[in-house]
Amino acid sequence: MTGTGIGASIKRVEDQRFLTGNGNYTDDINRPGQSHAWILRSPHAHATINGIDTSKAEKADGVIAILTGADMAADGVGGLPCGWQIHNKDGSPMAEPAHPPLAVGKVRHVGDQVAIVIAETRDAARDAAELIEVDYGVLPAVVSMDAALDGGTLVHDDVPNNRCFDWELGEKDAVEAAFADAAHVVAIDLVNNRLIPNAMEPRAAISEYDRSTGQYTLHTTTQNPHVIRLLMGAFVLQIPEHKLRIVAPDVGGGFGSKIFHYAEEAILTWAAAKVNVPIKWTAERSESFATDAHGRDHETHAELALDKDGKFLGLRVATKANVGAYLSTFGSSVPTYLYATLLAGVYTTPAIYAEVQTVFTNTVPVDAYRGAGRPECTYLLERLVTKAARQIGMDPIELRKLNMIQPDQYPYQTPVALQYDCGDSPATFESALKAADYAGFEKRRAAAEKAGKLRGIGISTYVEACGIAPSAVAGALGARAGLYESAQVRVHPTGSVTVYTGTHNHGQGHETTFAQLVSESFGIPADQVEISHGDTDQVQFGMGTYGSRSLAVGGPAILKACNKIIDKAKKIAAHIMEADVSDIEFADGKFTVAGTDKEMAFGEISLAAYVPHNYPIEEIEPGLDENAFYDPLNFSFPGGAHICEVEIDPETGDVDVVGFTAVDDVGRVVNPMIVEGQVHGGLAQGVGQATLEGCVYDEDGQLLSGSYMDYTMPRADDLPSFSVATQGVMGASNPLEVKGVGEVGAIGSPPAVVNAILDALAPLGVEDISMPATSQKVWQAIQDSNVRQAAE
Amino acid sequence: MEMSGEYKIDASREKVWAGLNDPEILKQSIPGCEEIEQTSDTSFTAQVTAKVGPVKAKFSGAVELTDIDAPNGYRISGEGKGGAAGFAKGGANVKLEEDGDGTLLKYEVDAQVGGKLAQLGARLIDGTAKKMASQFFDNFAEAVTAGEAASGDAAPADAPAQAATPAPAAASGQVTAMSQVGAGTWVSGLVVAAVVLYAIFG
Repeated sequence: MTGTGIGASIKRVEDQRFLTGNGNYTDDINRPGQSHAWILRSPHAHATINGIDTSKAEKADGVIAILTGADMAADGVGGLPCGWQIHNKDGSPMAEPAHPPLAVGKVRHVGDQVAIVIAETRDAARDAAELIEVDYGVLPAVVSMDAALDGGTLVHDDVPNNRCFDWELGEKDAVEAAFADAAHVVAIDLVNNRLIPNAMEPRAAISEYDRSTGQYTLHTTTQNPHVIRLLMGAFVLQIPEHKLRIVAPDVGGGFGSKIFHYAEEAILTWAAAKVNVPIKWTAERSESFATDAHGRDHETHAELALDKDGKFLGLRVATKANVGAYLSTFGSSVPTYLYATLLAGVYTTPAIYAEVQTVFTNTVPVDAYRGAGRPECTYLLERLVTKAARQIGMDPIELRKLNMIQPDQYPYQTPVALQYDCGDSPATFESALKAADYAGFEKRRAAAEKAGKLRGIGISTYVEACGIAPSAVAGALGARAGLYESAQVRVHPTGSVTVYTGTHNHGQGHETTFAQLVSESFGIPADQVEISHGDTDQVQFGMGTYGSRSLAVGGPAILKACNKIIDKAKKIAAHIMEADVSDIEFADGKFTVAGTDKEMAFGEISLAAYVPHNYPIEEIEPGLDENAFYDPLNFSFPGGAHICEVEIDPETGDVDVVGFTAVDDVGRVVNPMIVEGQVHGGLAQGVGQATLEGCVYDEDGQLLSGSYMDYTMPRADDLPSFSVATQGVMGASNPLEVKGVGEVGAIGSPPAVVNAILDALAPLGVEDISMPATSQKVWQAIQDSNVRQAAE
Repeated sequence: MEMSGEYKIDASREKVWAGLNDPEILKQSIPGCEEIEQTSDTSFTAQVTAKVGPVKAKFSGAVELTDIDAPNGYRISGEGKGGAAGFAKGGANVKLEEDGDGTLLKYEVDAQVGGKLAQLGARLIDGTAKKMASQFFDNFAEAVTAGEAASGDAAPADAPAQAATPAPAAASGQVTAMSQVGAGTWVSGLVVAAVVLYAIFG
């Protein structure tokens, strides 16, 4: 045994370079003779561009070229495409207004790209940008979704009422019938707060064009280089794949925000050919705030129908989702198929109907951010169920247990399209209650009360759908791509291995986890395995990393390629050891002939494959190098239970998250330490959304929370020491029986935190608080309660 | 943002008026002001460089005068463009009142900022704008009272007015025009001061 296979908590090999300052990020890359770009951006949320005078700027020192939307249009450059088509209730397709990489005629959000200045230095480009005179005709901005739907001001002239689409899912009639029979109806109105992703590394790109070969190369901060090649090459710039190389080197965090094809990628690639020098661009932190796609931003009204015993009868949901000024790559799929399809949650609710309207506003596009639709869904369900328990006077645990899908009901077909393949929510729930010492909470509450603090406990039980996605299903639902994954496993002559994966590692630990898969498969130590990713000239193909898909979809592709290698190696071994291939066994890195003491090591076979002196050359080719593609049969359905405890200082409203317990079912765990780290990171972001983070635009569309002075990220002292455990239920529809883990922390945790805060404030009569539940908001709720009680 | 206040200047209304007619005094009074130029009877441009914290921006402000009720009050509105730093636009209602030996300036400013100014500075704008207005008035009062002392000593009584009369406007030869010019210039200073002080956030 190698000790480095599945289940081993080996240290992350990539951390050696990340933690010693030896990562190779896009901004670390320089090219001889490179120029630098500065993107001139709109300071207005909504304005016509009446003219752009670049004459002064062009004469500035060091300026090579200044290009605008008119130049792009003249070259026939296309708009940025949306990757998922949604249909309206009436079957018509969604509104897909043009999204030119450089604005043409009109700017639609603060930060919209107006011109690119290319100069010898970054400072020169920036200084020259100051000299560009843009004649803006300022228009009223629409920022709130309600104002947008009124349609008085149109973000896109060809989109009435700023409505991108009006979509539905589920059985409306069945839900109406359920409500007609209900003993209780519980209603809730919620805002899922808009978030700014804040990857540690800002977006960056460096583009090159070789006139002698017609070859374009773009290094960029993306989670999915092949997707960028496809979108930018085929839709925007019309560059065939064989002339376009996309490289995503080390990427310093993405959380979804680096999935999308951004305008700057197309602008730089196009401009590199025009100026014939490499062009480098790195976003400032301010640009990241203003132009990275934001996350969440839902307003929802939901109603739950229950019978007299508390059994859920029906759920209806009406959601408005902000898509910003333009449709980002997956902006249409996040509030629909990644959201409403999960509305059954872990419950047996028999009838569900959801309506989702998406709305254009004069804000930056909104798209996937860690969890992408599923946190919004889980927040809705778990706030609603908690409220229902209070409203009908039932224990929130008992109400959940009463309605949970039982283990013997799997595979479980929900009324909202998904079929859960396996799971055991009651088991993870029980484990979490025990680990959190739920039974002892009242004692802790009493102790806190003595100390002058309000203590509360909150629960969230969840299931999510990830491992995106079965291509046929995704295609039927409107995806414009297949969502399989590929792997090439190249065994070198002396038996070490390089794996080329189409997923992308930007902090998830793939270089370690995937090596463990190969270690397990070939019986060789993980340090004999290199994982290569991110370069479209090296990796055969791939759909990248998002939606907790890399292990669940990319892992089986690696496994399939490994199995092909083993099959071929057995034939080589059979030839050399003069046995029948059916008698060759492979275990612990050794090929043996059954019933004999003949054996060959893995490395001996690989050497034979590349030095085929004694080789079945008429039967099989030399070499040991296999490709595989894997298309998942279903999503993977991680789930679990999160329990949060908070203490609130009634004098200041300060919320102290004093305890957090998460028991998650992520199926088979390959590296427990990495899984724990993933859950920690997700929980931090979930607590951040619940208590600290909130994106604010003013009524003119100016971004007010545009720096770390005004946008609060969670820090170590905002978080407790997490109690994290996994409790895997096997049976996931993939050969590894793994489920995604990257997003569960961010999906399950926000409602647990807010439910805990509301539990703490319940004695004061506080029934609602919106995220982020900042100290000020909590303090205000306490003050309002005091006023209310004084009046009574 | 909105901001209002009043400021007493220990100089006669006549002297304050004269000082307000003096582009040089305004230039000295507006922090970071490099240039004030009259573009018509009722419009002006000014250039101000301002720096706060790590960010520095050169601001070009254009100011328009309306609702002129010389010498009691005016509405002045303007827009300052700070290039990549964004923009600031707004206006001020200004009143001049005699107050004993001195003059009381009352102002109400409303303004909007956009782009990076809003993104980085929105939270700090109120405080900083007040501070900047205060700086402007301090500088202005000092310049005007210094002028008063100087005129008391040696300068001809009409010197400040002459100095302040822009040549093209003087050609019109009308007192009302003169008043407008004077008021416009100083109010432009005020608004540019208020508006431009936002630029410091760029």
